[in-house]
Amino acid sequence: MGILDLTALELGQKIQKKEISVREAAEAALERAQAAEPVINSYVTLDPEGALSQADEIQRKIDAGELTGPLAGVPVAVKDNMCIRGQLTTCSSKILSNFKPVYTAQAVINMKNAGAVILGKTNMDEFAMGSTTETSYYGPTKNPHNTAHVPGGSSGGSCAAVAAQECFGALGSDTGGSIRQPSSFCGVVGMKPTYGTVSRYGLVAYGSSLDQIGPITKDVSDCAAFLEVLASHDPKDSTSIRREDCRFMEALADDVKGMKIGIPRDYMGEGLDGEVKKAVMDAAKVLEEKGAVVEEFDLGLVKYAIPAYYTIASAEASSNLERFDGVKYGYRTAEYEDLHNMYKKTRSEGFGAEVKRRIMLGSFVLSSGYYDAYYLKALRVKALIKKAFDSAFEKYDMILGPAAPTTAPELGSSLSDPLKMYLGDIYTISVNLAGLPGMSVPVGKDSKGLPIGMQLIGNVFQEKKLLRAAYTYECATEKQFERPAHLSGEDGQGTDGAGQSETAKEAHQA
Amino acid sequence: MTKQYETVIGLEVHIELATKTKIFCGCSTEFGGAPNTHTCPVCTGMPGSLPVLNKQVVEYAMALGLAANCKITQVCKFDRKNYFYPDNPQNYQISQLYLPIARDGYVEIETGTGKKKVRIHEMHMEEDAGKLIHDEWDDTSMVDYNRSGVPLVEIVSEPDMRSADEVIAYLEKLRMIAQYLGVSDCKLQEGSMRADVNLSVREAGTEEFGTRTEMKNLNSFKAIAHAIEGERERQIELLEAGKEVVQETRRWDDNKEHSYAMRSKEDAQDYRYFPEPDLVPIVISDEWIAQVKARQPELRTEKLERYKKEFDIPQYDAEIITESKKMADLFEATTEICGKPKKVANWLMVETFRLMKDHGMEAEDLTFSPANLAKLIDLVDAGTINSSVAKKVFEKVFAEDVDPEKYVEENGLKMVNDEGALRETIEKVIEANPQAVADYKGGKEKALGALMGQTMRAMKGKANPGIVSQMLREMLQE
Repeated sequence: MGILDLTALELGQKIQKKEISVREAAEAALERAQAAEPVINSYVTLDPEGALSQADEIQRKIDAGELTGPLAGVPVAVKDNMCIRGQLTTCSSKILSNFKPVYTAQAVINMKNAGAVILGKTNMDEFAMGSTTETSYYGPTKNPHNTAHVPGGSSGGSCAAVAAQECFGALGSDTGGSIRQPSSFCGVVGMKPTYGTVSRYGLVAYGSSLDQIGPITKDVSDCAAFLEVLASHDPKDSTSIRREDCRFMEALADDVKGMKIGIPRDYMGEGLDGEVKKAVMDAAKVLEEKGAVVEEFDLGLVKYAIPAYYTIASAEASSNLERFDGVKYGYRTAEYEDLHNMYKKTRSEGFGAEVKRRIMLGSFVLSSGYYDAYYLKALRVKALIKKAFDSAFEKYDMILGPAAPTTAPELGSSLSDPLKMYLGDIYTISVNLAGLPGMSVPVGKDSKGLPIGMQLIGNVFQEKKLLRAAYTYECATEKQFERPAHLSGEDGQGTDGAGQSETAKEAHQA
Repeated sequence: MTKQYETVIGLEVHIELATKTKIFCGCSTEFGGAPNTHTCPVCTGMPGSLPVLNKQVVEYAMALGLAANCKITQVCKFDRKNYFYPDNPQNYQISQLYLPIARDGYVEIETGTGKKKVRIHEMHMEEDAGKLIHDEWDDTSMVDYNRSGVPLVEIVSEPDMRSADEVIAYLEKLRMIAQYLGVSDCKLQEGSMRADVNLSVREAGTEEFGTRTEMKNLNSFKAIAHAIEGERERQIELLEAGKEVVQETRRWDDNKEHSYAMRSKEDAQDYRYFPEPDLVPIVISDEWIAQVKARQPELRTEKLERYKKEFDIPQYDAEIITESKKMADLFEATTEICGKPKKVANWLMVETFRLMKDHGMEAEDLTFSPANLAKLIDLVDAGTINSSVAKKVFEKVFAEDVDPEKYVEENGLKMVNDEGALRETIEKVIEANPQAVADYKGGKEKALGALMGQTMRAMKGKANPGIVSQMLREMLQE
């Protein structure tokens, strides 16, 4: 088995034992990335030089006994909406195509402190708005399992990078399913933690009350290890929560005896692909056989989640994106007559169609005379959805269902019908509206070989229950990370070595 | 015969809070400083940055609310006010619309026509914007975000004022409260206190309000008074001519004593307010309110009563001295040292006010120390200097805070009580002024004054006037 086939924790262990050097690990991932990128396009910025110098520095600290954690030396990727000081942070948008932050996001600092090597920044739907990673200014990312299909989104770059072994784990952000849905499409494990668990400081905001950073990994154990590093109370984020229960790796036990799992009938009915349904029900059976009590129930209100979500998220986005105006940083239109004209041209040229659609929708629902009818009503729906989950969690330890109604659609089939694309978020967005933790775990593939994900949803702060159930499922099925069939198992094949900085996308940016 | 009109005025007053750091980040609020030196990712609106509320701002706003008899909103929230302008780095201002920190209060004002209450509709907390600097030479504009995120409290009154006098009295009252609480220095010129005037007129005796206009850019009490007069006349002229007043925002130009329409109600911006998702609601407990109340310093009315009782000074003196916190503090500290309240009051009310007026200063600008004023009073009492010399010495104390004892010593200003030296001078004066001597001897008491003046001048003011007068009389008898 080559370096690339190791999970993050396995690699970390071999690095601690000096069986593999940090540089070797980073080089392996970089070589794979450089080979895969022309097709997959996971990264907006790949930083070979920076990664190798980080690798040497981390190796020195490991050798000096300063870094002993399980992720020390592990090469990871970061979604391009998290700030890293001095490094291009574009949100896959033209309007930030030249933006280099003056500070680093707290979640990234946590990863760095744990000894992770940051390889680069991954592609995404522009400003995290989209479910396919096709709205990126830097072109779509392809699904490593079948490059005619999308990887999902918006964290499609991070999920594809993990699936294609271009890194050993990645950070994503999830506002309405942006970690769980692409994780499901790419056959990787992704978790959106309880709102407030991971600091949002340095995460370029989309829907502030819904956004949450989380890990995307090869397996459940890695997920727990990443989450343990990411979770921290941050005084710079007022919505950050001080939690005492963040030793998530302790939850990795092969035992679900007596655990009560509810499957919402509302999630298994109309609109759900037959193959996805079967795979998810089979997974539920596995847990049942391991001693969990599984039953179906009615969650309710599911159909109201999408309009409520798009109202709230778009309203917040319309305000959050106002700062991109050409005045202080980022793209500014070449020629303009006056201030107003500069604003208008900069934003017209700088934002893509889906972002503009949501800015307009958000501005509309907040405008005077409509605020009560739309925004306030959506907030009420949000509260009702939270209540529906509360009563479900009085009976169940967790909720089980699909992460998405289908497997990954073909490239180009989604953007022409945004409403249909929005409906694809139906199983994930309620979790953000209620601020709950949710994770996607691979449970098989459809007849076309595209991965299927099961979603586990917990009550607030119950990530450990989710991790335990997911880990138990993994143990029972002896499931391991499955590298996409067409990718070679040989490490470092077909590359001409590290050296190019800031990658292939330079041409596009210019 | 023209109709009688009544002016109806409500005010929106912005007060900049005197916290050390900004409302949502740790940057300094200090005035001045090279452009963009008091900034960070938060107050320059960098992507991904988040606001964290400065608790001191809440306490100051609560203190203001309580002093103005408001109800404190115990679960209050921030909202975003969205508008595009380069001085506003996020293109939204974090303010309060739905649940402001304080509501339903009043302050009592007093004018020539008596006392009245002006009701406070609400007070809310918000952040200040940056400053645009236009370079005419380059035809470019630059922005300085040092002020961006400086905390403000906006105080919105009910339309309870009827004249410029009442408006000024109301503003002075607010300023006094803020200064007494130590929450703001309220300097109009530096912009730490700003007022927008909402004004309408109606026929005397009618209940219904007329159409109002809002006036901005008023940066002195004088400008506010002028603007009110100007706008009242403008509106009355319109009504008399059978035209309508248009609801609009107007900008006052104090140099031209004229206001200009900025924007009408039709093109008023839609600020798309909504709750700020990056901040959690502020929950204010009864205990917290009680703590802020307990820390509340003595306000003017209480101080005034105490001065009359404790120091036995007249109502009039107490009123003048307590008009500003700074003056009251000076009074108490000086009295504490020298134990002569009436004399301290006199020095403050007469000489200090005279010099402040000469220099165009406010009480907040005073720099002399209570210790030096106390020493000066002691020097006069001990007969070391006379009162005219004392006034000159005080000018030095006022300007440079000199030690009066040293200054008198170094400049030889001690009163001359030496009879020998005096006798010599008086002899010369008598010799040089035969006419005045004759007049005095002829019964004209007034002539003595002239001779006194001559003698004092010859002594460079340092003579003890009592002794000079006595000796002159004696020597003229001889």
